[in-house]
Amino acid sequence: MRDVAVVGFAQRQMTDFDGSPTCVELLVPIFAECYEQTGWTRKDVGFWCSGSSDYLAGRSFSFVSAIDSIGVLPPVNESHVEMDAAWALYEAWLKIQMGEVDTAIVFGFGKSSAGQLRRTLALQLDPYTMTPLWPDTVSLAGLQARLGIDAGRWDEAAMAEVVNRSLTDAEKNEYAVRSGGSSIEDLLARPLYADPLRKHDCAPVTDGAAAIVLAADDRAREVRDRPAWISGIAHNTDGLQLGTRDLTRSGSAERAAAAVGGLGGVEVAELHAPFSHQELLLRDALGLAGDTRINPSGGPLAGNPMFTGGAIRIGEAARRVWDGTADRVLGHATSGPALQQNLVCVMDSATSGGR
Amino acid sequence: MSRTLQAPVTVAFDYTRSTGPVLGRFLTGLHDRRVVGGVLADGRVAVPPPEFDPTTHEPVTEFADVGESGTVTSWTWVSEPVKGQPLDRPFAFALVTLDGADTPLLHAVAVDSPEAMATGMRVRARWAEEPTGGINDLAWFEPESADAGPSPTPADSLEEDLTGIITPVSLDYSYAASPEESAFFRGLAEGRIVGQRCPQCTKVYVPPRSACPVDGIPTEEEVELAHTGTVTTFCIVNVPFLGQQIDPPYVSAYILLDGADIALQHLILDIPAEEVRMGMRVTAVWKPREEWTTSVENISHFAPADEPDADYETYRHHL
Ligand SMILES: [Zn+2]
Repeated sequence: MRDVAVVGFAQRQMTDFDGSPTCVELLVPIFAECYEQTGWTRKDVGFWCSGSSDYLAGRSFSFVSAIDSIGVLPPVNESHVEMDAAWALYEAWLKIQMGEVDTAIVFGFGKSSAGQLRRTLALQLDPYTMTPLWPDTVSLAGLQARLGIDAGRWDEAAMAEVVNRSLTDAEKNEYAVRSGGSSIEDLLARPLYADPLRKHDCAPVTDGAAAIVLAADDRAREVRDRPAWISGIAHNTDGLQLGTRDLTRSGSAERAAAAVGGLGGVEVAELHAPFSHQELLLRDALGLAGDTRINPSGGPLAGNPMFTGGAIRIGEAARRVWDGTADRVLGHATSGPALQQNLVCVMDSATSGGR
Repeated sequence: MSRTLQAPVTVAFDYTRSTGPVLGRFLTGLHDRRVVGGVLADGRVAVPPPEFDPTTHEPVTEFADVGESGTVTSWTWVSEPVKGQPLDRPFAFALVTLDGADTPLLHAVAVDSPEAMATGMRVRARWAEEPTGGINDLAWFEPESADAGPSPTPADSLEEDLTGIITPVSLDYSYAASPEESAFFRGLAEGRIVGQRCPQCTKVYVPPRSACPVDGIPTEEEVELAHTGTVTTFCIVNVPFLGQQIDPPYVSAYILLDGADIALQHLILDIPAEEVRMGMRVTAVWKPREEWTTSVENISHFAPADEPDADYETYRHHL
């Protein structure tokens, strides 16, 4: 295996929906930041991979106009996934492992405000027995939240604690679109939106984009003193049938964590939990220790651009290695209804050879 | 004035789907007002029947009818229903485990308020008046205790299992043009064709782009382009299709406007289709001014200009 690290990260999360920037507009300055962080030009990038969705954009081949922003003439080595960009990162990591390239930029983008997000996402469900009912994302999360409450796996106070901690931490995140903690009592006094969920239990609809830079071996050491070396990366999925899944647990998250040899020693974990109860579920499924610091960025409850929210978790976790806050971190991403698909990316300050 | 132009867009399409033997059987059952489950490898009955066992991944081949009443195992309140959901007033989505089934079915429960919902409550199916052979043939569930009147009379059973369904999808968007595209559309509303120049390679794009595909930077300097140009390539449309506005045959062409570095796609009319050729010089024919909007349709079409054909060398780099 080659040593591959996260060495660059730039993001935008927009609060303004009225004519908010197009994805290309957002991506141009984000790539400029990546070049500035690495000292590279676009010619130093061996592979580009993006995550986005035509359903979100309301136009076919929407990623084609986005790749204008990377400069594609003469042609570049490029690919796309209809998933969160964290899965694009997995593809890029594989490309580097295969020895085809040494460097890659992975990016994701989504203008969730163009349509009605919770309705649009019904298109990712089983098209025979579910999509024709248009079950919205928030309702599916509400069903999951109540199953856990009824089973005694979490309660509304624990969910409010997650919200309060996230929004308090988000005050220090310049990209957060929602921030400001209050108190558990205050949060629980607010009205229910999708019983048992309140609006603050659900990630805000967010337009945004992000990019992550990967580099192997010495290319990574040239860029940073403390690259965030990827020591374990794996993803897994649960079945299509909602009824045959135990929605109070996440088998796929457990399997992904097991595939990287467990998550012991992780000091900081950025979890992609778009609903408050899902953080509680994931902490358990991933087997995170009690003293692991969760989502110091504020997490997805403070801003969750579709097809980018997971990749941002990896970028935020990597920053904790770069700045010396932590030696071992986790970036987690999810995709699909009610945490159907899960990806874990463990990063260390030292390569396996050096440890 | 808003920074960019925005317009509502609806993207709608009907998916034609083959059902296969498992879902065909399930949907045929719903049409006939029966609920069919699939027997999993461990003997549990799953509704809807999955096409393969989620654990062993073996095909599901055994079926069992289950009841049309069941127990709510989880629910949530939909305070703001969205288009296409089973009810257009606030309702509950629920997981309902039907009598005789071991896994829950996702569907709606029609009640007036969340106070009428509880985990463990009993519900029964309310069938649609006119079955169509889809999941919506089960219109929703209602509390067993409610006196909702008699169920509609059963329809005639289908003689054979369904093999296909049509599922319509319709999504509404607010499409916001980029600032560069907005400049182009605003120009059209004034009878001007506006392109922009890349600050690095100096190529002129029309419509202007948020990023030059060569250099990855936004185009900037506005350039007003001529209304004349050269046909670089074209096709004769002979095939009728849904929504077609002109009777075939007609010509759709790439037109390289004088001063631009990228061709614009538009129609060539006022000339028999077989006489259109590469290199032909054309000029924009505008609609009457009172019909102008911020649309490329302000230009009705392009028509032959009274000029000799362009030399191949002048456009060969734009093919
Ligand atoms: Zn250029």
